[in-house]
Amino acid sequence: MDNQYKIEMRGVTKIFGPHPDEVLAQLKQGRSKDELQAETGHVIGLNNVDLKVEPGQLHVVMGLSGSGKSTLIRHVNRLIDPTAGEIFVDGENVLEMSLEELRTFRRTKIAMVFQKFGLLPHRSVIENVAYGLEIRGVDKKTRLKTAEEWIATVGLEGYEQSRPHQLSGGQQQRVGLARALAMDVDILLMDEAFSALDPLIRSGMQDELIVLQKKLNKTILFITHDFDEALKIGDQVTVLQDGAVIQYGRPEEIVLNPANAHVEKFVADVNRARAIHVHTIMEKGAFDQCDVAVRANACCEDVLPLFAEHDWVGVNGDGGKQVGRITAKQVIKALARHSSGV
Amino acid sequence: MFPDIINTRPLRIWMDDGLTWIVRNWGDGFEAAAYPLLVMLNTIEDWLLAVPWWGIILALAALAFGATRKATLPAIVVIGLVFMGLMELWEDSVKTMALMLSATITAIIFSIPIGIVMARSTLVRKIVTPILDLMQTMPSFVYLIPTVMIFGPGKIPALLATIIYAAPPLVRLTDLGIRQVEPNVLEAAQAFGASPSQRLFGVQIPLALPTILAGVNQTTMMALAMVVIASMIGAGGLGYQVLQGIGRLEVSRGVFAGLGIVVLAIIFDRITQAYGKQLQQQIGLSGGR
Repeated sequence: MDNQYKIEMRGVTKIFGPHPDEVLAQLKQGRSKDELQAETGHVIGLNNVDLKVEPGQLHVVMGLSGSGKSTLIRHVNRLIDPTAGEIFVDGENVLEMSLEELRTFRRTKIAMVFQKFGLLPHRSVIENVAYGLEIRGVDKKTRLKTAEEWIATVGLEGYEQSRPHQLSGGQQQRVGLARALAMDVDILLMDEAFSALDPLIRSGMQDELIVLQKKLNKTILFITHDFDEALKIGDQVTVLQDGAVIQYGRPEEIVLNPANAHVEKFVADVNRARAIHVHTIMEKGAFDQCDVAVRANACCEDVLPLFAEHDWVGVNGDGGKQVGRITAKQVIKALARHSSGV
Repeated sequence: MFPDIINTRPLRIWMDDGLTWIVRNWGDGFEAAAYPLLVMLNTIEDWLLAVPWWGIILALAALAFGATRKATLPAIVVIGLVFMGLMELWEDSVKTMALMLSATITAIIFSIPIGIVMARSTLVRKIVTPILDLMQTMPSFVYLIPTVMIFGPGKIPALLATIIYAAPPLVRLTDLGIRQVEPNVLEAAQAFGASPSQRLFGVQIPLALPTILAGVNQTTMMALAMVVIASMIGAGGLGYQVLQGIGRLEVSRGVFAGLGIVVLAIIFDRITQAYGKQLQQQIGLSGGR
């Protein structure tokens, strides 16, 4: 019945501490998280989180450190057990699995990339990439051949026999990515996978991920604290604050309508000109044909230069027909909106 | 003076009589249990004595070269061992080597599994740690008396005393090494569906190996520190020469045998350390990190 979602979490709550169930009961009575944490010494990692990830979606979960996002992703492959709630992956109830079933599930259904890479330092790059397959029980020849292909895909040819510590951070994360991709599973969990990398390399890895995602069509749950990253790669974004979901939607919806002051702060530093697509702010309707036109998925950044010569810029739909128009004023209004600190 | 509140005499008598009872009734059982140790020690000793002197020098020099890839340590090994041969200490040093090796091997067999269990269970660690403290701080003569009573003077009590003294650092360092394995590496293994034994043998032990090897190094050193005491209860070797030197007031005998122990210590210390360093570099943990 849940086959339409690859990953689904329903009311997942995680409380860290010696007596989670007692605290859970109090939490359900409507007491606030801060109050309970101060009173009981328990930490509420996740508070009634719902999450739905459709097949082929790159779903970004965003939040500051301490918002529970790393806790959340670890629930999907049950590295952490929830205190309450239900988790389905591919329609299977993850929480009902026995240890043996869980191991099989991790070996065959889901792969993970870590912020701190988590590579095996005593093994060479190729043995690291083949690690997941080795655990799965694939024979040596096949797994090394597969590993070799993925090493080439992530652009690390020639490093097969190197040790992880001989590589740069970016290269190490490529190994981590190749290790996850070599599993050839539908679902990829990426826990701040690019956060430890410096900005240029991070940007390159994001581009590569987008390309790979188009080619491989995986379902990816991606954790980040960086809104620009979420905007760039995400199909859907869930914003987490203090363990609870405070907003959910397409990236630009969040930029245009931040749900509360916290999200607004996040959004404040975002490059709006790149984040906002013209079709969301245009005047819809069939107007006189404009002299120039852009595609509907163009960003504000793309149309700005056109206003130097023209007052109106047309917006074309998928069929190439004009579906609306836009003026410099509208663009400026959209870019200026929500700018706090005025 | 502390007042005499209770009379301790019955307790002492009870303890002494208890030991006598154990010796009388269970002595044979203990001896049978320790017999494999004796067999191992004798086998190693016979083996080392059967190999010609240059064979041993060559083997140790080769080990030294394998560990360091330099000529310095092999040269030290050759010079040190030739010195012992020239000083008529060859047979004694081989016997001491055999005692040390048997103690180390036995310690490895027992300590590493205990260390692994300790790393996984807080309860076991809480129980084992004070026992290890006791083994290391209790003066060896205290447990030598009952062991000699049970086994009679000879190689077995000497070996047991050496093991008791030398095993604790290996247990501790195995425990430490396993607990120090980076949690994120372990978590990654778990996320890929590794079973507990796949994690232990594929991740934890390989990553703890440099620390475990440091423990082996400590164990060999402490085993050598025990040879003089061990020779008092019947282990031959360099310790016996030192003892005789003291007994006969022959300073030269004591000094040369003592130097021989130092030479053995240097050789085994440097070789095991170099292997540890090599492993560490391979893993990329060189330095303090």
